[in-house]
Amino acid sequence: MTAPVTPFADRPAVIDAAPLPSFAFGHKSLMWWGTLGMMAIEGMAFALAAVMYFYIWSRARAWPPDVLPPELRWGSLNLLILLVSTIPNEYTKRAAERFDLRGVRIGLVACILFGIAFIGVRALEFTTLNVYWDTNAYGSAVYLLLGLHTVHLVTDVADSVVLAVLMFTDRIEGSRFADASENAMYWYFVVAAWLPIYAILYLAPRWM
Amino acid sequence: MTAASPPAAAGPVSRPHRREPAFELRQRYGGWADKPGFLGALSTVDHKRIGRRFIVSAFAFFVLGGILAALMRLQLARPDSALIGPDLYNQLFTTHGTTMMFLFAVPIMQAMAVYIVPLMVGARNIAFPRLAAYAYWIYLFGGVMLYAALVLDVGPDAGWFSYTPLAGPEYGVGKRSDFWAQLITFTEVSGLVVSVQLIVTIFKLRAPGMVLTRIPLLVWTMLVTSFMIIFAMPAVMVASTSLILDRLVGTHFFNPAEGGDALLWQHLFWFFGHPEVYFIFLPGLGFVSTIVGTFARRPVFGYVAIVLSLIATGFFAFGLWVHHMFATNVPELGKSFFTAASMVIAIPTATQIFCWIATLWTGRIVWRTPLLFIVGFFLILVLGGLTGIMLAAVPLDLQIHDTFFVVAHLHYVLIGGAVFPLFGAFYYWFPKFTGRLLDERLGRWNFWLFFIGFNVAFFPMHILGLQGMPRRIYTYAADTGWGPLNLISSLGAFTIALSVLLFIVNVAWSAKRGLQAGRDPWGASTLEWATDSPPPPGNFHPPLAVAGREPLWEEGGIAGRVDGLHDDPPELLVTSLLDATPQHRIVFPTPTIWPLVAAIATTVLFIGSIFTPWAIVWGSIPVAITLIGWFWPSKDETLKHRKVEVKP
Repeated sequence: MTAPVTPFADRPAVIDAAPLPSFAFGHKSLMWWGTLGMMAIEGMAFALAAVMYFYIWSRARAWPPDVLPPELRWGSLNLLILLVSTIPNEYTKRAAERFDLRGVRIGLVACILFGIAFIGVRALEFTTLNVYWDTNAYGSAVYLLLGLHTVHLVTDVADSVVLAVLMFTDRIEGSRFADASENAMYWYFVVAAWLPIYAILYLAPRWM
Repeated sequence: MTAASPPAAAGPVSRPHRREPAFELRQRYGGWADKPGFLGALSTVDHKRIGRRFIVSAFAFFVLGGILAALMRLQLARPDSALIGPDLYNQLFTTHGTTMMFLFAVPIMQAMAVYIVPLMVGARNIAFPRLAAYAYWIYLFGGVMLYAALVLDVGPDAGWFSYTPLAGPEYGVGKRSDFWAQLITFTEVSGLVVSVQLIVTIFKLRAPGMVLTRIPLLVWTMLVTSFMIIFAMPAVMVASTSLILDRLVGTHFFNPAEGGDALLWQHLFWFFGHPEVYFIFLPGLGFVSTIVGTFARRPVFGYVAIVLSLIATGFFAFGLWVHHMFATNVPELGKSFFTAASMVIAIPTATQIFCWIATLWTGRIVWRTPLLFIVGFFLILVLGGLTGIMLAAVPLDLQIHDTFFVVAHLHYVLIGGAVFPLFGAFYYWFPKFTGRLLDERLGRWNFWLFFIGFNVAFFPMHILGLQGMPRRIYTYAADTGWGPLNLISSLGAFTIALSVLLFIVNVAWSAKRGLQAGRDPWGASTLEWATDSPPPPGNFHPPLAVAGREPLWEEGGIAGRVDGLHDDPPELLVTSLLDATPQHRIVFPTPTIWPLVAAIATTVLFIGSIFTPWAIVWGSIPVAITLIGWFWPSKDETLKHRKVEVKP
């Protein structure tokens, strides 16, 4: 792709946009920036929920107060599932960027299966927290962090389902592949957010 | 769909625009035009129509909040008044503050940006225009909910910052604080998505050639403000969500008996609340820079210094929040830090003020109403800044905390710093919005009544505060001796009301009979004046390329035009972030009713969750359905897009 005319001429110049691409991947795309903005907002919300957790901790005599820390197994299993899910995710992203429709379809379906798996494990996670949201302020903070992350899991899996269904219809155009690529970027965000949240919920009360 | 009508002819032009590019306007607007009729109005995605109704709605809330203020001033005008009881008075001051901060000040600045920023950077629409429509509806429904609650006697009554434990489940019985918390959710969703749109518009939709150092100052302020909103607003969303969880499902975030902490609320609220002051104030500074430059007839002095000051203010604003909490048990060392930070932030503000003085000093000043409001801004803001320095000192703050001195200070800062420039901006851009100028004579009356009324209303409050009159009391005894000053203050308040009434009359009259503005009635320098007033759908036909910071003032400032973009489907040119070179075309979303439907579904969810947590579960189903409907492309659209497709 070449920029057709320099806009810095000292007399009126014509920039011919017709030969320019009609969509783009990565940081050239508007939706990429929009997604990044949403990630900044949600990342800030995660960070503040973590701040609340530690603020309440700073006011407590023992941590967790009067209850056991969450059991490790389901949360750790979910960590594993999330990390492995980056493989089909990266596969989908690359397939999208080379306009490989079959690859995108396979990749999206695989991602969704992973998504369903960890939503299932997430449900089990909630049963082994050893605390309820109304037990004490510690429980409230745990549920807030885990709840926020779960909302992101569910919405991202729902997004992926809609996109996958669309990819099996006749409504396909080039920019759908950019959508698939940006969907993959958002999935990385959901995975990356889980790393500190896992450490805060499961490791910090044991090791700090 | 395709409007074949030619662009409206520019009216009699008040001065020749010498540097208008000599290109023919396109004969039609293609996919940029809205569908006709009522349904077309509800489904518009034109940033100008959305921006206009956003501005009008926010101004309507300003008037409503003002009426509440007038009722309070009526009550306080004399001692031992029995006009309004304590319960209603609590609802009045809470709703007044909540309206002015969440439904007027922040949204109207964003609304102005939704209208002006795309034009100023030479874009044909705002990024993600359907989201702009959604943001507007959600904002409107939230505001209507607040006033419905007030009318039904469940208006919030714990102050605009809704401190726990007063707003918590133990003391805040009933649903009043829940309406407050959900109003926050409505307005923050709206504010956050608009911020993302503005950032993307400024980053990626600038005219070719508009490199970073050619971005108009107002656009810089909106960019910094949008970033601040992204990092500050989540705090109040997390806070209000936690508050409603405490009240609805028995969490203990703010309950000390179960390990929570009431002060946590104040930290979260002010981590948002102090930056909020600056995201009301910074756009005001942007209006000042624009108006000062135009009416001094020269480029604003110290462009780089001003931009850096804005960015510095954006950072410092996050280090001030504890100065709202000097009367709590935060550590003394922390208080010293926040005192110092509160003093430091005066430096970038002062830098800008000196730049404007230098601009006016060396310019050829044209005295029109917008500039009057800017001069009013200087005087009032400096007074508000001085009392700000007083309040930033811990010992003084402890003495006058929660008195009318604080009320005086915050109104000097917010009305002086934001509302005066805003009125200046109304006079300045009204011709662009409507094609007609506001009346100058009424404008001068508007200004002088506002300026005098403001000082009469709020200056006495300094003295009342120093005499010990607390905020938020519904009445006071005669032997306190506060009666006379309160009466003067109330008279000032009604003078302001008269002035705002004159403004409304001016708008109503001028919109029909005002002088024809033409494209550029002020002889201004930025791109919004290079298109018709009001601009046609799609704004620029053809889009322009620039080669200067003040493109309409510089020889060769308009360096060219962009050809080869389709009007149907509507297309836009995307440029690179730093040096604004063309990168690709993009097909823009067309008008649709889905954002309105999705906003209605969201409203049902938000209001339902005031009463039951299950509303979040069941309410999310219609929200999901409407969002999918919004996203789902039609066969027609897909075919149209494919016809113009060029792969990267």
